[in-house]
Amino acid sequence: MTDAAELRALTQELLAAHPPGTTDRVDFLRARFDAGLAWVHYPRGLGGLGAPRALQAVVDAELTAAGAPDNDPRRIGIGLGMAAPTILQYGTEEQKRRLLRPLWTGEEVWCQLFSEPGAGSDLAALGTRAVREGDHWVVDGQKVWTSSAHLARWAILIARTDPDLPKHRGITYFVCDMTDPGVEVRPLRQITGEAEFNEVFLTGVRIPDSRRLGEIGDGWRVAQTTLNNERVAIGGTPIPREGGMIGKIAATWRERPELRTHDLHQRLLGLWVEAEVARLTGVRLRQQLVAGQPGPEGAGMKLNFARLNQEISGLEVELLGEEGLLYDDWTMRRPELVDFTGRDAGYRYLRSKGNSIEGGTSEVLLNIVAERVLGLPAEPRTDKDVAWKDLAR
Amino acid sequence: MSAQPEPALLYSEEEDALRAAVRDLLTDHCDPADVITRTESASPHDVSLWKSLAGPMGLAGLLVPEELGGQGATHREAAVVLEELGRAVAPVPYLTSAVVATEALLACGADDLLTEVASATSVAVLAVGLHVAPGGPVPGVRLEGDALHGELTGIADAAAADVLLVPADDGGLYAVRATDATVTPQTSLDLTRPLARVTLEAAPGRRLGDSAPAVRRALRSGAGLLASEQLGLADWLLTETVRYLKERKQFNRQVGGFQALKHRLARLWLEVAGLRAAARNAADALTTGADTDVAVAVAQAYAAQVAVRAAEEALQLHGGIGMTWEHPVHLYLKRAKADSIAYGAAGTHRSALADLAGLPKP
Ligand SMILES: Cc1cc2nc3c(=O)[nH]c(=O)nc-3n(C[C@H](O)[C@H](O)[C@H](O)COP(=O)(O)OP(=O)(O)OC[C@H]3O[C@@H](n4cnc5c(N)ncnc54)[C@H](O)[C@@H]3O)c2cc1C
Repeated sequence: MTDAAELRALTQELLAAHPPGTTDRVDFLRARFDAGLAWVHYPRGLGGLGAPRALQAVVDAELTAAGAPDNDPRRIGIGLGMAAPTILQYGTEEQKRRLLRPLWTGEEVWCQLFSEPGAGSDLAALGTRAVREGDHWVVDGQKVWTSSAHLARWAILIARTDPDLPKHRGITYFVCDMTDPGVEVRPLRQITGEAEFNEVFLTGVRIPDSRRLGEIGDGWRVAQTTLNNERVAIGGTPIPREGGMIGKIAATWRERPELRTHDLHQRLLGLWVEAEVARLTGVRLRQQLVAGQPGPEGAGMKLNFARLNQEISGLEVELLGEEGLLYDDWTMRRPELVDFTGRDAGYRYLRSKGNSIEGGTSEVLLNIVAERVLGLPAEPRTDKDVAWKDLAR
Repeated sequence: MSAQPEPALLYSEEEDALRAAVRDLLTDHCDPADVITRTESASPHDVSLWKSLAGPMGLAGLLVPEELGGQGATHREAAVVLEELGRAVAPVPYLTSAVVATEALLACGADDLLTEVASATSVAVLAVGLHVAPGGPVPGVRLEGDALHGELTGIADAAAADVLLVPADDGGLYAVRATDATVTPQTSLDLTRPLARVTLEAAPGRRLGDSAPAVRRALRSGAGLLASEQLGLADWLLTETVRYLKERKQFNRQVGGFQALKHRLARLWLEVAGLRAAARNAADALTTGADTDVAVAVAQAYAAQVAVRAAEEALQLHGGIGMTWEHPVHLYLKRAKADSIAYGAAGTHRSALADLAGLPKP
């Protein structure tokens, strides 16, 4: 098995062969992928070494110390956090070889064509149709809230292949080429002023059957891998004390004594404590994963993350007083990356509102915790054994 | 802020084994109905339960070094014991004697008393009000010649004590035999950790060492490990409420299937998961000595609201039965509420964090 010392040695070899100072950024990232140091827990040949996931930190620390470029995860969160684990689990050898390397280096950006105007929390109700024509599928429908669609080369897509089956069973999972004819991306402006997400119209888009992920009709199961990883990706990343949103307001508090009041102080300390407890909960969760005892705390991390981001950024706007009445820029833009803790407090406050909606709403996540962790009765269902085409809409 | 060394927040196999042993004993010897009956008896502490926990299982001496007859274990193990005692609201002087008083004795190097405590020959209690936070003001009795005079109130578990550790106005900490003091029970909110008034009238005492550092160390450990007791309370309350709501039917369905209740319980679960991480972190920090003040203050700034909410939710979600003397949920509510004041209220620990984390007040 690969250990920390070996990884350190491999990282130093990579740095010696491709000195970051004189190597092109993408060349360096490709070399890192090929050396198995991209995500060490992935298999050999696919950017990893089959090593324990926890050892990634060893590689990252060495590379950071050497000033090596990273793959800017804020630009490619959907690819790294959602598409990659799904491709790894369900993709063919050929799909893995073609798709994972440029996904990881950031040469190809991914987006997620799941939500539709009529299918959000009830994603399995989706109505985008994929009809088989020889060795292709022809896709027609509309997707919405698609983050990064304007930047994406590829999309993970779920579509209905059999409307006569109950809704969970007639779905198939595809990789969609966003440059294909018939794919139209239109920006949707958000409350922040910019358009991070889009609506995507699919009209007669032809997807080769070789870009299907998993079996025909098995798309709901495949999508579970994506959705479970999404929740870990949003809110599950390790952070140091005062990492994330709380670090921003703490810095403002320290730098701006004139803004302090007793009321704000008490609320800040309360949120500081909660942020630290949420961080420790994450540390404990990762220790459980490493010890091979996956804990149910995972489902809760995103709930904590969303609530704390919203409360902390809300407090920060209030702390700023007169400045809190201003906003940095309402210009409509289509941003290159998603950064929850970026820009100013007003932006952070508005953007964080999405944290309890994207990747499953907090209400839906509470249902999941109640049912899967606490074993409480499921919501009453009227749609389980009804053909999708006969459902109310 | 600089990178923190990562604390160990899981339970080791030995800790799991210890938990199983304590839980077995409590299942057999700490029945909730008996605990309720005992609260109104002449001896609210369960002496025979204490003897079996302290003696044969050696729990009284977990924090005492082996050469003094203890187990030489750490705060992590003591925390696991407290989780289980919390789950059972067991009326035994574990936190007060085996943690708080023991820490004071360790600080003073009082080897003979440590041996007595570890061997369960004596229960020792620090004569400082239960509400006092680490670093908070500690009232002392008067030293005149070599005798102690005065009255101290709010002393938890004093009624079960054989030895009282008493701060005096000369800055010393004195050991006083309970037989030389008058211990008068106070009618207490928490029926399972009763308070008492300690009156000294020319009581003979033996000076053990300086009071301030010993008391501070004792209260810091007490506060840090109290979080594990609070975790135990909250964990039992959540588990029991979920169990009850799966069983209880109204409107022709399980009450636990109503979404309003599912969400409340899911939120509570989330808070209990947070408390588990914070309590483990405090126990680990007390063991390693790294980042201890912050870890203890964070745990105590967080724990009380979770334990109290768990108790209040449990009561509400049990309906009428939750309001009865017969159902044990009130023992947990009273303990959780008293714990929210014990060793400093959450706000006191938050204020401590203002200094520790560098977030100064206006
Ligand atoms: C910033 C942002 C980025 C996004 N990016 C993407 C993306 O890249 N790709 C993609 O596919 N999707 C994306 N989404 C869509 C997101 O996944 C959906 O918005 C979300 O799943 C909710 O669906 P909905 O908007 O249709 O709301 P609805 O499902 O209509 O919900 C309306 C309200 O009802 C509540 N509700 C619904 N069902 C229940 C229930 N069973 N119990 C209790 N309450 C319930 C919800 O919590 C919500 O409050 C994004 C959303 C946002 C805000």
